[in-house]
Amino acid sequence: AVSVSVVFLPGSVPADLPRRLPYGDVREERVPVSCKSPAVCTARPPRGAWEALRAVPYGDTFLPRLSRVAPGSSVCWQSCLCSQPSLLPLPQGVNVYVGKHRSALVRAGQGLAILHARLQQLLQVVSLTASSIAAALSDRVPDGQLGPDAWRHLKSSLGYEITFSLLNPDPKSHDVDWDIEGAVNHYVQPVLDKLSLVANFSVDSQILYYAVLGVTPRFDKESSSFILSAHSLPHVINPVEARLGSSAASLYPVLNFLLYVPERSHSPLYIQDKDGAPVATNAFHSPRWGGIMIYNVEVPASPQTSLPLHVDVDMLRVMEVFLAQLRLLFGISREELPPEFLVESPGNEGLADWELDRLLWAHALENIATVSTTLTSLAQLLDQISNIVIKDDVASEVYRAVAAAQDAVAELAEGHLHSAFQASKEAVTSSERAFFDPSLLHLLYFPDDQKFAIYIPLFLPMAVPILLSLAKMLREARQNKKEPTKMD
Amino acid sequence: MRRGRFAPSGSAAERGNMAAAAPAARWASAAAAAALLLGCCGAVLAGGIQDQAEQFFKSGHTNNWAVLVCTSRFWFNYRHVANTLSVYRSVKRLGIPDSHIVLMLADDMACNPRNPKPATVFSHKNMELNVYGDDVEVDYRSYEVTVENFLRVLTGRIPPSTPRSKRLLSDDRSNILIYMTGHGGNGFLKFQDSEEITNVELADAFEQMWQKRRYNELLFIIDTCQGASMYERFYSPNIIALASSQVGEDSLSHQPDLGIGVHLMDRYTFYMLEFLEEVHPASQTNMNDLFQVCPKSLCVSTPGHRTDLFQRDPQNVLITDFFGSVRKVEITTETISLDRNLAGFESELPKDVLATEPLKYADQLPVAQIIHQKPKPKDWHPPGGFILGLWALIIMVFFKTYGIKHMKHIF
Repeated sequence: AVSVSVVFLPGSVPADLPRRLPYGDVREERVPVSCKSPAVCTARPPRGAWEALRAVPYGDTFLPRLSRVAPGSSVCWQSCLCSQPSLLPLPQGVNVYVGKHRSALVRAGQGLAILHARLQQLLQVVSLTASSIAAALSDRVPDGQLGPDAWRHLKSSLGYEITFSLLNPDPKSHDVDWDIEGAVNHYVQPVLDKLSLVANFSVDSQILYYAVLGVTPRFDKESSSFILSAHSLPHVINPVEARLGSSAASLYPVLNFLLYVPERSHSPLYIQDKDGAPVATNAFHSPRWGGIMIYNVEVPASPQTSLPLHVDVDMLRVMEVFLAQLRLLFGISREELPPEFLVESPGNEGLADWELDRLLWAHALENIATVSTTLTSLAQLLDQISNIVIKDDVASEVYRAVAAAQDAVAELAEGHLHSAFQASKEAVTSSERAFFDPSLLHLLYFPDDQKFAIYIPLFLPMAVPILLSLAKMLREARQNKKEPTKMD
Repeated sequence: MRRGRFAPSGSAAERGNMAAAAPAARWASAAAAAALLLGCCGAVLAGGIQDQAEQFFKSGHTNNWAVLVCTSRFWFNYRHVANTLSVYRSVKRLGIPDSHIVLMLADDMACNPRNPKPATVFSHKNMELNVYGDDVEVDYRSYEVTVENFLRVLTGRIPPSTPRSKRLLSDDRSNILIYMTGHGGNGFLKFQDSEEITNVELADAFEQMWQKRRYNELLFIIDTCQGASMYERFYSPNIIALASSQVGEDSLSHQPDLGIGVHLMDRYTFYMLEFLEEVHPASQTNMNDLFQVCPKSLCVSTPGHRTDLFQRDPQNVLITDFFGSVRKVEITTETISLDRNLAGFESELPKDVLATEPLKYADQLPVAQIIHQKPKPKDWHPPGGFILGLWALIIMVFFKTYGIKHMKHIF
């Protein structure tokens, strides 16, 4: 549940308000998600609770004052409305400006209905929609309902490893120097700090020499540069991937960001998209894997400069692209915005507060769904193998997972996002530990028919004379009862 | 011998369940087109993301894994190791990195004392093709290849101390290729000459994988005698299975090399290797071609396949969906804007306080203590269980034989 407080600017209160200010209104919307196990899909979308405050004085410091709503324990939005366009510094054609700290400016002077509609749209943008819920539950939803980005985003995990690699295929011509440590501290660490609620991140970097791309670029006469076309891009990654390596100790998914400095003989190298237009960022990314950027070195003016050329990589440009790719890989970026929306750039922090909320929400949903399917399939396994031995710690993990999942659902319903996410993380850890416990291998437990197959050949031959003699004894006893034996 | 729905590859390919594949593709590409139209450009966040919708709808996988198992040991089973290594070589050549391949070889042929050409494993006679190569990475070797380890790899129920290279870290968008070879029979496959895995266990393992969504699609290839019996019991969705022979038939080996002295490859895998050598990462060969790879005239046995559990049409499944690792890519069209002048982040982690006194090694083995140790007085426990029973038996027999009057001599 999300609570939204609407601040009316002076002179912008719509004439057809049903009641006097201030008042509150609650609206609930059910998002229909059809899926295979209805027990899972009781996802609750946001509830809007409005509170119109008194008129707020308008001044130069208006926008900053609207910033940073103290979240407390529930997610709270502030949006501000104005009917006179001259008062608001919004450009023409833009009706909603979404700030980065859970606040927005909405232009809606025409009446309550428009106000409702705009606020509805705003909530859709900043919060979960049916498609993002379906994406979070992607493996439990029938395929027809999934959009194209259902499998683009990284799955929720407890940690991620990020590896920055510099590929230098031609060290004889280019002596490339990149200040990766500085760039990570300066640009990447703030973003990862903001994301630290979501997961643990570990960052590595490496430089690979003589690592070539798998594709030979074509030479394009008009631009006198080398071109990599869009359909050859999928084959670029493979030869490099074998050399990238990953940490042997951790099991977290790895995100690779590669910076490729083309060889002197293939400089400058540009990427072309499907329509043949050169790509501004000169970079591409692969879902759930990472991204590659091509960094062209300027050809020196004089042809007699001695090789190797010293190259100092402009880390700002590089990190702008890599962090944008990181946002895309995590699914933070929003593809379709309604036409009158303008979103503030998140700047050095990398992502807006509401984007983080959305990510937490989606991950919490995904975790809870995972927990329920894991525990259900564990229960099915136990039904199949009746003599399986459940160790005490496995049992305690299961109880803990169930309790944490119930906690998470309750907290989500109330809108306490952070605690819900923590609870869902705990639930997932416990359920995975219970499910993947090495003692639950079904091979270790004989099914009953195999037990019969082993013991019957042993005991049946032994049992035959015993049973026959028992039968004889019974017959004799019965005969004795009928005619007592003659005593001589 | 059941023929039913498991068609031998000679006849027309069976169509699996066509579920919602075609209509979903149409609906979703229309939605993707609509989404593209709606994409708006804010002044700050430049451009919408170009969606290569058609790529996503061919198959839903983002990464590829391969589990290649050779289950026989001993020198005369050279061909099984050569089979596995030739599939390994193809899979690596088409792009799957070693970190995504779990290779299990039950015996070491390359460095076997009986190998006249050490460090090589050949697949063609006259030593034409060395499938061992320079950079083979065997994850489970020799006695580590057991049914238990194989099932642990598949289901993920691995002890926590296992290194990353020995794990199958697949997720719900992984296409997995599982190749097994060795000696088999009707419903089982022999591991290491001492144990076997049954088709029921294998089917249950796949079901455990499906429950936890450890695969998106699975291609199971088996090259053993009566191989088709191993895929009879599968019941989890999204599996294609291929086998080199039907129930009741033997898979035959290809050709011996007189210099090495053993048969080098099995027929089915030999022709499959020749087929795969023609495939390159960008090729569009599909599964139907793989089904035809070894007709009865070449293979003597009748290879079979099973596609009824698979949702897509095998015609649309590329070989590289399983054997290669062609990743979906998207052009990055947006960037975020960073401020160069913002103060850099100073690490807030507390610096470790340096130890003030020099550190030294602890005594690894306190020899002096051990030598001069006095023996510990052990607590006395009354005899339990077996000893008690044994003595009771002895006493009973004694008194039965000799009579109770001897009791006073004992006590």
